[in-house]
Amino acid sequence: MSGTDNFEAVVKERRTEAVAEFHEDKTLIKRFQHALHSAPSLVPLIVLMVSILLFAGLVGTRFFSAATLTLILQQVQLVGIVAAAQTLVIMTAGIDLSVGAIAVLSSVVMGQFAFRYGIPVPLAVLCGLGVGTALGTINGWLVAVMKLPPFIVTLGTWQIILATNFLYSANETIRAQDIEDRAPLLQFFASTFKIGADENGRGGATFTFGVIFMILLIAVLSYALRSTAWGRHVYAVGDDPDAAQLSGVNVRGTLISVYALSGLICAFAGWALIGRIGSVSPTSGAELNIQSITAVVIGGISLFGGRGSIWGALFGALIVGVFSLGLRLLGVDPQWTFFFIGLLIIVAVAVDQWIRKVAA
Amino acid sequence: MQTQTQVQDPTMAGRQPILMGRGLVKRYGKVVALDHCDFDLYPGEILAVIGDNGAGKSTLIKAVSGAVIPDEGDILLDGQKVAFRTPTEARQAGIETVYQTLAMSPALSIADNMFMGRELRKPGILGQWFRQLDRPRMERFAREKLNDLGLMTIQNINQAVETLSGGQRQGVAVARAAAFGSKVIILDEPTAALGVKESRRVLELILDVRSRGIPIILISHNMPHVFEVADRIHVHRLGKRLCVIRPQNHTMSDAVAYMTGARVPDTEFETA
Repeated sequence: MSGTDNFEAVVKERRTEAVAEFHEDKTLIKRFQHALHSAPSLVPLIVLMVSILLFAGLVGTRFFSAATLTLILQQVQLVGIVAAAQTLVIMTAGIDLSVGAIAVLSSVVMGQFAFRYGIPVPLAVLCGLGVGTALGTINGWLVAVMKLPPFIVTLGTWQIILATNFLYSANETIRAQDIEDRAPLLQFFASTFKIGADENGRGGATFTFGVIFMILLIAVLSYALRSTAWGRHVYAVGDDPDAAQLSGVNVRGTLISVYALSGLICAFAGWALIGRIGSVSPTSGAELNIQSITAVVIGGISLFGGRGSIWGALFGALIVGVFSLGLRLLGVDPQWTFFFIGLLIIVAVAVDQWIRKVAA
Repeated sequence: MQTQTQVQDPTMAGRQPILMGRGLVKRYGKVVALDHCDFDLYPGEILAVIGDNGAGKSTLIKAVSGAVIPDEGDILLDGQKVAFRTPTEARQAGIETVYQTLAMSPALSIADNMFMGRELRKPGILGQWFRQLDRPRMERFAREKLNDLGLMTIQNINQAVETLSGGQRQGVAVARAAAFGSKVIILDEPTAALGVKESRRVLELILDVRSRGIPIILISHNMPHVFEVADRIHVHRLGKRLCVIRPQNHTMSDAVAYMTGARVPDTEFETA
């Protein structure tokens, strides 16, 4: 074997140290970085705890009461549900700008089908859920099969769906009183139960079905993402779609399923939206887009895909809820809420970049 | 032009190639990447494929691994004609490829990556209705396979792949191929991105896999590595097989001369 470089032989003969060595990083910061790498929702959880304690200190003990804390849950239920949908899409390195529009159009379909056409309410609800899923599937098809960038696709469908929503509903609101009389099922998610209230029904923890649904939804999705092949594929597609394809993952099918599921979840959010505001209004839910993306980013889910835990999205939504309610109770200008949320977004993305460096 | 069955390495007379390509043609517009190319891989051997950039060796490898569908020609696995439309189909037939990019998801664990696209589910209701993955079984299997190849300096099977070194990643990718590749393993530039020490380890891995009886196709630009581990060397030039040489009868400069066209070999096959 002529021409073999000499150093090769040296290495071959005198190789004493193992090549594939794995040594633990010693410093505390490095360990923390590794812990965050394996449990990405830890940061938002810590931030959430700290902000609750902070506002409890500033506002006083009434902030720490079950009533206040469950009020925050009620205020974030919509954002939480939509953020769950947004999380799925963002994990595939996409983004869904049409979540709010899908939610509103689905709620309008539920309302109009029940009131304009007199379709039985459960069927109207199913139709609304079907419309949401179909719209999500169209997004997914455009992204996965037509290979268009998710941002552009959903920017387009957002406008189209919103316009359809106004054209179809003729900008007409169905009043809360009518829904309560004739189709109470539409307000299903507003039903409440109390734990620990006094005999006058005051205080204690108040849960709406919307809140319960949000928590159940995130628990189920968390299970699916962690413990099923589909969930692993969602991460793999977000991480590196080419690698996933070569490993035998059906990238196209995974993407379409994610967008379709996102559409279905948004339709549920539309149903919960009726419960939250009481009426069916085509102008509602406009802020859900930005709020859901904010919750996801603060929740430590990487906008570049493949990283993060869906619980982070819930924590992110709760952090925003704690800040808005806390600052309102303090009586400061509500603009401070946006100020701090903006700060949190930037810090969250900076932390995400730092955690990624664990690889290096 | 020779007829199909006559093209055989005389030194391999009487043996049946496990993977065979005959008259493969692939055109990209006006560019002919494969020009009636033949290809033979025999059981238990390491066949290196070398060729200049643009000679069409990646297209050849993609054709046998299912990533490219040839316009003409036949691919025979175990003497049976096969027509792969996707890498998944080739994999199901027992041909595993370790791509140069490794095709792994950096944020996921070693075990997750080894089973990507062929996950194991829990038995019974948990697996059937709740689609739950059988993590313990997958982790045990991954650990076993890494152990087999002497890679158990990797402590934690749940470690994210991105926290591994280049050599460790390559090791995991080879272990994945060895674990599932029942017939043929294709390695595309396995040492290209590695340091000297890590390359050594990967070459040892390659020899180790061969000793298990699985034939390997090795694509590499690194002549010392090729000459060290290969049993035969397929020299690819201008879209087809120029010749097959044995490393013990040739120097590296011979091989490079054939590859670049500076010299023309006497015969397509040498009589050993």
